[in-house]
Amino acid sequence: MNTSATRADGSANGLPAARPPLPRAPSPEGEITRFLGWFSLGLGVPQTLAPGRVNRLIGVRDDSSSRLWQQVVGVRELAVAAGIFSRPRPAAWLWARVAGDIKDLALLGAAWRRNEERAGRLAAATASVAAITAVDAFAAARMSRLPEGVTKDPSFRVKASTTVRRSPDELYAFWHDFANLPRFMAHLEAVETLADGRSHWRATGPAGMKVDWDAEVVADRPGEQIAWRTLPGAEVVHTGIVGFVAAPGDRGTEVHVDIEYAPPAVRAGSVIGKLFGEEPELQIRDDLRRFKQVMETGEVVRSEGTPEGTLARRLAKQRPAQPLEGSRS
Amino acid sequence: MRANVWSGRNTVQVENVPDPKILNSRDAIVKITSTAICGSDLHMYNGYMPTMKSGDILGHEFMGEVVETGRDVDNLSAGDRVVVPFPIACGNCNACRNELYSVCENSNPNAGLAEKVMGHSPCGIFGYTHMLGGYAGGQAEYARVPFADVGPIKIENDLPDEKVLFLSDIFPTGYMGAEMCDIKPGDVIAVWGAGPVGQFAIASAKLLGAERVIAIDRFDYRLAMARDEAGADDIIDYEQADVVATLNEMTGGRGPDACIDAVGMEGHQSHVALHAYDRVKHSTRAETDRPHALREAIMSCRSGGVISIIGAYGGFVDKFPLGAAMNRSLTFRMGQCHVQRYLRPLLELVENGEIDPSFVITHQLDLDETPRGYEMFKNKEDNCEKVVLKP
Repeated sequence: MNTSATRADGSANGLPAARPPLPRAPSPEGEITRFLGWFSLGLGVPQTLAPGRVNRLIGVRDDSSSRLWQQVVGVRELAVAAGIFSRPRPAAWLWARVAGDIKDLALLGAAWRRNEERAGRLAAATASVAAITAVDAFAAARMSRLPEGVTKDPSFRVKASTTVRRSPDELYAFWHDFANLPRFMAHLEAVETLADGRSHWRATGPAGMKVDWDAEVVADRPGEQIAWRTLPGAEVVHTGIVGFVAAPGDRGTEVHVDIEYAPPAVRAGSVIGKLFGEEPELQIRDDLRRFKQVMETGEVVRSEGTPEGTLARRLAKQRPAQPLEGSRS
Repeated sequence: MRANVWSGRNTVQVENVPDPKILNSRDAIVKITSTAICGSDLHMYNGYMPTMKSGDILGHEFMGEVVETGRDVDNLSAGDRVVVPFPIACGNCNACRNELYSVCENSNPNAGLAEKVMGHSPCGIFGYTHMLGGYAGGQAEYARVPFADVGPIKIENDLPDEKVLFLSDIFPTGYMGAEMCDIKPGDVIAVWGAGPVGQFAIASAKLLGAERVIAIDRFDYRLAMARDEAGADDIIDYEQADVVATLNEMTGGRGPDACIDAVGMEGHQSHVALHAYDRVKHSTRAETDRPHALREAIMSCRSGGVISIIGAYGGFVDKFPLGAAMNRSLTFRMGQCHVQRYLRPLLELVENGEIDPSFVITHQLDLDETPRGYEMFKNKEDNCEKVVLKP
């Protein structure tokens, strides 16, 4: 079967400019973070390789137990350095540093109680750890904040395509009459055409939840392409394009669908999540399969296991392949 | 109605289920007069086909009388006698227009499942897993036939069911296996598996002009049928002889010009250790198919020859001698049969008396005895070759 789909998070290449692209600016806290990464590395190497000398430097009694502690802390520092350098936004690793700092302060506190003759060096070490804890906490807090204009949920983009053995003009005409869309889009109840290229869409989710929104056509090239976007106030903010391109030879028409949902599109509990379930791209591929079935065979194809016709949520919950209850019609 | 229902590995039972009803405007409802157990039904019976569900009605070889038609079926009417091809095909998509009915692009509503395993989806098939559609099968009193305006062929003569029933699957499947060999004068064709499909591959290779056909199996009664009924010129019992060496000997060292695998995923081989290796991997699902026949066919085939695969495979094989195939310029041809393509010409062969497909039938049972039929067929009891069921 020639239906394919790709899922991509990110900016809306080739889509009508329904909203500004998502910012990808470098963050000001990046430099502090890199410094902290090097700091972890600089601390971790001597702690791991020469724990005795570190003990003497910071004024802790040098015995086998404290050397082992130095090495444990050193390995932790090396892990944190690796984490910081390998992640673009290592907020979790910075928080790990903060936790480590607190642990270090606790260890130093224990040293205070056992050992008083090196109090000067111990005081300097404690002050240094306290200072670096403040820097770590600051960087971690900054890194945990999202950059300006970026929300936690990425936008959600679905591309899918199929080849249908009809002409581009026929497919365009069928799709352009939005009242036809519910015949192959499983979640749509009805689409009503209003004035000025506007339309009103009504959908039902699996739990019977009803959603409706208004949309407008933003580009319309007969036989080639229809692009639409939702109007302000829509619960399901999205833009979409369907393109019709003659397939090579006598193979009909390639239909390419490209839909992008604004965040928070697929977060569990969101409207889109409820409408489409966990995998919106599967549903859109199914819609295209049904479109192909309707255009080629006249209707959606049904089996006893899948009596509604192609439906992603049916795949996991098949009926037995035996006739449905009820008398023969 | 009564129907033969799968309810787990090695378990089928005849149960009362609801009667089928029209779901699509191009459907017909057929009252079944004859149906059969296919070798590929055993793959589901043995539990080697994934996506089965307890309650599935099995069976994809059936014929009967039309009792109802959907509003868009204008070529059939109630009372017509029809044979129903096992692949469900729309007749409208690019695949169907190119006569590749078993890869119809529209007839599998669960195409999403099949794509995960196979990349693209083949057609839907009656009673043959949910991955291939979740369609109720034909080991029943009635069946719903989708795309009835495209698939079923009307039987307008008085030939008995036994002579035309196998147009639904095994005769066209065997015929396609032979046709894919591109048989030329002087060709020697070797056929692995003398089950019902193998018998029709042998008979078809002879019909298509093969010089010599060699049948390979391990059951005497099947080899005898291949020789005496299907027309094989030579037979090899692979438990008694080294197949590759024997084929070389029979062909002056060339090897057969084409090799047909009519065995598929549950093959056996005489080498105990190798068979055990594949059995263990197969039953632990580390390998989904046991390709003994196919390996042997590749090693035997003449360089530049054809490997024609009609035995059913479901997933993945290993220890596959691709190096031999590539370096010796073998051509692989394979597929579930595009039955709709062959219905008319093969019916004519039957009508003209050139072949009587009923020669494979060894048992006829009442539909209620279907579970016994599965056991007999699986265990080759009572020289069982083909079981026909009467609802």
